[in-house]
Amino acid sequence: MAVYLSGRLSWPDNLSSEVAHMCLAVPGKIATISIDPFLGLRRGKVDFGGIRKEVSLDYTPDAQVGDYVLVHVGFALTVIDELEALRVFEALRELDQLEELKEVTL
Amino acid sequence: MRFLDEYRERGAVEQMSHAIRKITTRPWTLMEVCGGQTYTIVKTGLQALLPEEITLIHGPGCPVCVTPLAMVDRAIATSLLPKVILCSFGDMLRVPGSTQSLLEAKASGADVRIVYSPLDALQLARTNPDREIVFFAVGFETTAPANAMAVWEAERRKLPNFSMLVSHVLVPPAMEAILSSPDCRVQAFLAAGHVCMVMGFEEYVPISEKYRVPIVVTGFEPLDLLEGVLMAVAQLESGRAEVENPYGRAVRRPGNLVAQQRVDEVFEVTRRTWRGIGEIPASGLRLREAYRRFDAETRFTVRFDQVEESSECIAGLVLQGLRKPFECTAFGRSCTPDTPLGAPMVSSEGACAAYFHFGRREEDVISSMSTATACD
Repeated sequence: MAVYLSGRLSWPDNLSSEVAHMCLAVPGKIATISIDPFLGLRRGKVDFGGIRKEVSLDYTPDAQVGDYVLVHVGFALTVIDELEALRVFEALRELDQLEELKEVTL
Repeated sequence: MRFLDEYRERGAVEQMSHAIRKITTRPWTLMEVCGGQTYTIVKTGLQALLPEEITLIHGPGCPVCVTPLAMVDRAIATSLLPKVILCSFGDMLRVPGSTQSLLEAKASGADVRIVYSPLDALQLARTNPDREIVFFAVGFETTAPANAMAVWEAERRKLPNFSMLVSHVLVPPAMEAILSSPDCRVQAFLAAGHVCMVMGFEEYVPISEKYRVPIVVTGFEPLDLLEGVLMAVAQLESGRAEVENPYGRAVRRPGNLVAQQRVDEVFEVTRRTWRGIGEIPASGLRLREAYRRFDAETRFTVRFDQVEESSECIAGLVLQGLRKPFECTAFGRSCTPDTPLGAPMVSSEGACAAYFHFGRREEDVISSMSTATACD
């Protein structure tokens, strides 16, 4: 993971394929937010499993410290909806219960 | 990491696989649009968790793969100009042009650099005022907001030495091109989740209705992909064709409106040629008139010869899902990641590279073909 997050300007060539998943977006937690005084740009330090990287928050104007965002090539593009994130697991639990019910009635 | 690990957990993935098996009664062919999804499928061997009736074919969603040869040649010619620093994302460097790749141009003295973000290219422009920084902007809708912001910021900061070689493409027109081909075998799409994160999924509704094809907005982790398959198969089995979004943790119906607004301010829709596929109308982006002075194509005059693609490479058919990589005579022989004939063998999102790296080669496939329905 550290490979595509350390933010150096050049990469060893053997690591470059790890960097460039063009649609890869990595989830991270916003640690701090600051506003660039010149253009009013919104930047944040985002924590990716212990590695912090500066990220543009211009496209997530409502994101707050503590929110999880999906980051693509240096830009946070969405705030992760934590309730929606649980939905698939609830669906799986329901499937599980249905199975058990069937087994009991059989 | 949170929001990654739980979607890779074996128990949940197997449970989802079981749910798919239970509802599948007939053969179905699904296409995952994005190369990042292909990468996960091939790397984790997801196809083996699906019932034999279901065939996944890999779509054109690899930006590096569809960047036209002439554009690669233009980038190389630009990188060889005095004072130019040409930057791009990593994969682009190894894509073969007609005579060399950007990496080979770098070896022969061109200043070519890999950046993580277009903002890194802007930073290079600020710290190297005596150089010309050209950012090779390839990508789909997911990457367009970042590139739009770089141009917008260059304009506001009055950076005279920053420009962009734009080769941006759009996903929905490519899906329509695939669906309207007489050879089309696609019965449902797993739409590219991160394209939808930016653009929303309204624009897929008319496509789904016109071609009677289910379109399911799908994420990139194993559990996301299997859930996408489950919902697509449920639609196919019940004769429905709708747009559904199980990737709600990242995608809202209208998408990211702030990002769309900035993209629309900087870029306009144009026709684009897709490497291996051909020209598709209204399938790409170019800089608007107001930002045209940041266009590297107009800023720099370069000469290069138009050359035909390698005749052995079937990248175009692979990109349209008409052939699997191992059906190419060059695959793993004259074409490897070290000696690529076509871009899908280079990019980490390319189907050929994924098959090569994760062992889905001919010899493995023969054994799985005896149990699975044939790939075409």
